[in-house]
Amino acid sequence: MYSAIVFLPLLGFLIAGLFGGRIGARPSEIVTTSFLFVSCLLSWIVFARVGLGGAPFSAPVLANWMTSGVLKVDWALRVDTLTAVMLVVVTTVSSLVHLYSIGYMHEDPSRPRFFAYLSLFTFAMLMLVTADNLAQMFFGWEGVGLASYLLIGFWYEKPSANAAAIKAFVVNRVGDFGFALGIFLVFMLTQSISLDAVFAAAPGLANKTIHVFGSDWDAMTITCLLLFMGACGKSAQFLLHTWLPDAMEGPTPVSALIHAATMVTAGVFMVARLSPLFEQAPAALTVVTIIGATTAFFAATVGLVQNDIKRVIAYSTCSQLGYMFVALGVGGYSLGIFHLFTHAFFKALLFLGAGSVIHAMHHEQDMRNMGGLAKKIPITFWCMTFGTLALTGFPLTAGYFSKDAIIEASYAAGMHGQAATYAFVMTVVAAGLTSFYSWRLVFMTFFGKPRWAEAGHGDSHAAAHGHDDHAHDDHAHDDHAHDDHGHHALDPHESPNTMLIPLYVLSIGAIFAGLAFKNFFIGHDAGEFWRNSLFFGPNNHILHEMHEIPEWVGIAPFLMMLGGFAVAAYMYVFSPETPARLAVRFNPLYKFLLNKWYFDELYDFLFVRPAFWLGRLFWKGGDGAIIDRLGPDGVAARVLDGTSWIVKLQTGYIYNYAFAMLIGLAAIITFYLVGGVR
Amino acid sequence: MFGFGILSGLTFLPLVGAALILLVPGETESGKNNIRWIALWTTIVIFALSLYAWGKFVPGVADFQFLEERSWFGSGLSYKLGVDGIAFPFVVLTAFLMPFCIAASWNSIDNRVKEYMIAFLVLETMMIGVFCALDIVLFYLFFEGGLIPMFIIIGVWGGKRRIYASFKFFLYTLAGSLLMLIAILAMYAQTHTTDITTLLHTKFDPGLQKYLWLAFFASFAVKMPMWPVHTWLPDAHVEAPTAGSVILAGILLKMGGYGFIRFSLPMFPDASHYFAPLVFAMSIIAIIYTSLVALVQEDIKKLIAYSSVAHMGFVTMGLFAMNQQAVQGAVFQMVSHGLVSGALFLCVGVIYDRMHTREIAAYGGIVERMPIYAVAFMIFTMANVGLPGTSGFVGEFLSLLGVFQANSWVAFFATTGVILSAAYALFLYRRVVFGKLEKPNLKSLTDLSPREIAILAPLVVLTIYYGVNPGPILDACSVSVAELIKGYDSALALTKTAALTLH
Repeated sequence: MYSAIVFLPLLGFLIAGLFGGRIGARPSEIVTTSFLFVSCLLSWIVFARVGLGGAPFSAPVLANWMTSGVLKVDWALRVDTLTAVMLVVVTTVSSLVHLYSIGYMHEDPSRPRFFAYLSLFTFAMLMLVTADNLAQMFFGWEGVGLASYLLIGFWYEKPSANAAAIKAFVVNRVGDFGFALGIFLVFMLTQSISLDAVFAAAPGLANKTIHVFGSDWDAMTITCLLLFMGACGKSAQFLLHTWLPDAMEGPTPVSALIHAATMVTAGVFMVARLSPLFEQAPAALTVVTIIGATTAFFAATVGLVQNDIKRVIAYSTCSQLGYMFVALGVGGYSLGIFHLFTHAFFKALLFLGAGSVIHAMHHEQDMRNMGGLAKKIPITFWCMTFGTLALTGFPLTAGYFSKDAIIEASYAAGMHGQAATYAFVMTVVAAGLTSFYSWRLVFMTFFGKPRWAEAGHGDSHAAAHGHDDHAHDDHAHDDHAHDDHGHHALDPHESPNTMLIPLYVLSIGAIFAGLAFKNFFIGHDAGEFWRNSLFFGPNNHILHEMHEIPEWVGIAPFLMMLGGFAVAAYMYVFSPETPARLAVRFNPLYKFLLNKWYFDELYDFLFVRPAFWLGRLFWKGGDGAIIDRLGPDGVAARVLDGTSWIVKLQTGYIYNYAFAMLIGLAAIITFYLVGGVR
Repeated sequence: MFGFGILSGLTFLPLVGAALILLVPGETESGKNNIRWIALWTTIVIFALSLYAWGKFVPGVADFQFLEERSWFGSGLSYKLGVDGIAFPFVVLTAFLMPFCIAASWNSIDNRVKEYMIAFLVLETMMIGVFCALDIVLFYLFFEGGLIPMFIIIGVWGGKRRIYASFKFFLYTLAGSLLMLIAILAMYAQTHTTDITTLLHTKFDPGLQKYLWLAFFASFAVKMPMWPVHTWLPDAHVEAPTAGSVILAGILLKMGGYGFIRFSLPMFPDASHYFAPLVFAMSIIAIIYTSLVALVQEDIKKLIAYSSVAHMGFVTMGLFAMNQQAVQGAVFQMVSHGLVSGALFLCVGVIYDRMHTREIAAYGGIVERMPIYAVAFMIFTMANVGLPGTSGFVGEFLSLLGVFQANSWVAFFATTGVILSAAYALFLYRRVVFGKLEKPNLKSLTDLSPREIAILAPLVVLTIYYGVNPGPILDACSVSVAELIKGYDSALALTKTAALTLH
């Protein structure tokens, strides 16, 4: 059954990928989607058996991958509770996104390719979560990176999509650089990279020092930091986050599946999976906490001012991932995974909802050109509202249980370290910001005057985007894909059922997933549920301590949520001219946020341009001016000089040669004479 | 079998094919076609024979197999062939790649077809001979002999600057090889034998080892090529015809690595240990430097050539780390690179045949017209980047993992190569394949022909197969590599105790 879950999507990919052109778009859609639903059904069965039913964990080996000396790497499917949770998340969202895409992509000529990629992604993600060793995890890790690259660049004729795809892959590779070094270090320490062997060796390595990179390090700390670097890349954490917003160039269902619900949470999964290692490295956990908290705050601030509906949600994702890392950092692994679980539902819902809006608006993504859509597309509106409620942590919705638990845990962990207190402050502030930008999105999109009805849709659009390069390309794509629509009057319409059904299902998840599963993930039954798939060190009591906190801590995020709602309502419903006024008054700050803290510009200046500059220098200067000039070309030139000199000697006059012979003869005689004297 | 062994058969069958071609008149169109078919069938028969030998090959043994020995030139020199688990994969790889080279030249080479095919078949003899030879002079003959047909291939059927490129190629490699010849003479003077199996068990004086090592290094480093003696490669690749590039990248570059494994490491262990930091430094520079250079290339072939230099940096680094994973990784990387870079050059050949330019800027958006081609090119690009699941990953991963155990800084810098390789490879792919199809002359492009699909499909399959199941190659060489390391370590230990007793 495990094999079926993992390999059905691969089969779907192969069928749609190899024969998609021949069998046509609709059969490709049906094959991949139905395979995914089967896989999803089986996953829930596994979840019920392993997670809820207490069936034993197992890791059946499929085949050997590589063997070299003591290094043995197998293809295996490790299924424990943690994996089961991920299986459910991945296959559920993926199957719904497949279904949704049938409606969303119905005008696209390369649908077989799109569905093939979606299934390929799902396969890679499933290989990642079922990995029994670090190499297989790395296989899935890079595999989802490939699928992400392909899907971001799905509309390959758009330069911005291509740039975003490459950026995503390369920035992820920066993280993978750390992940790979972490794997090498793990092998150096334990002579194995299979999870069980590594976990067994981990306690013995606590507080051991190791000499790498020219100095002595705490073995577990440096290992975990390197591994965490990989997590940062994949989960778009602070400093390695820059690829995620750009990844929104991909089709919206992709954003929902890959860049919200599953792939970007791989980093969270990885840290939780490796909890036996991280538990031995408190210093590394502190770094996880700080990075997570910083991301949660930073991304939320940028989300405040973005105008592209998908980018707002992208920054929100980034920020929520920060929350998950805070949970992991303070030792609450189950809290992090719980938030991952609930977040998958409501964030996928928000993205698919946004996709429905974009669909209704004929691929318009700028919220400044929306407004008043609540009446036009009421189902989408209500689903988005449910998603927003869950995201902002409205009582009894999914986010309320998982997010507030993280905030409480970080407060409780503050007793043990400053970092957790910092995380507490940051996450509480971010909760307010989250509420503001989420409701801002809802109000700008669904309330107020319909701004799309204004004439000259195309012109005003271009003018409004003066600062934003991407917008033009978006628009270029519109023209390409929707020639038949032209620019005649826009009349937003509700999406077809294939798109609405996933919204219904996810809405149910967004509202009830927290309530239904709270007990298992973080409540009384957590011990039974997780068993040893997550590791808590003997000194880690965070799950108890988080209940012994003052009352105001529990209420704080709720108040922040209300505050954010109120401000958003004031600014975007009751007094719509306020935002513009504020933007003018606090212009530097506004610009700073709008340009995402200028990270792209900074990295361009620090890394991209120097790389090209160095490349040119090495090429023209190193290879051309030094190596070739002093080496082959130089030698050849000297040889030519030499021969031309010799050519000059060959004058052709007999007396010249006779003279030369005479001198030579004299020299030889002299030599022998002098030699003879001695 | 017919009074000679299977390795002699593999080595000299190409010459039989070449002799046949000599008999066929090559001026008419039908004559040209006959020549092509003869060459193709010769290489296919050789490949089949190599597969047969693969079946007979016993993987779990460190000794040389399929031994043949005859005296030659009276005493001293001998004609001795044999392969172990390190050499044999390269023999098969050579035999495997040759039919693709012939097929890839089918339409693109139209003048002097006869001479072209003869040159390739002679080249095959030389290449297989290098990997089979167990006599050091015989090795040298094959090693140097391969230069001549390659020189001619580049010089006659190459691009605009072919004369410059072929001379550069020839001078570089010859300069290195002459030093190796001197070293071989010195070794003979010491031991009075040219038998490699004997030399492998000869202990040279550590002082002498350094000179011998350097002399061999000069030759192998040029062949690899290692930085800073790599500049012949981009020029040679750019000017060579497609099949020439495939052989250059696929086989000729592997001779350097093979030489390190066969001679430098086992025969001069003390010197190898002494010079390992130098090799590490040169490897790291090669990886980072050439990756950055690759990033700014404007010529597709040049970009791939530079990426080859970077990938060979992983090999040299892995070899001199001298532990099981690193050396096996390096061997695997060589085989994998033979497949992948060969395939990439074939891919470039496909569009070069259509557009007659290698300028990156002349392309863009060709996926629109050539979707199958785009898929194949993507797979090879990903293998070049070292994506897990392709053969490129296994070699890189194992060699880096091994190197990390030997020296973490080296692994650190070398691993940055995975970031840079992603950057230059995807940047290339984007500029050539993706984007809007705007250039008018690209609009009439046709997708892969059945012949081209037949050429690329086996390479796609193998690239993925060895990525998922590298066992066949890793198992073949594991015992030989273990033996190599054991000998190396014990030699080092011996020198150490000798030094202690002296003091």
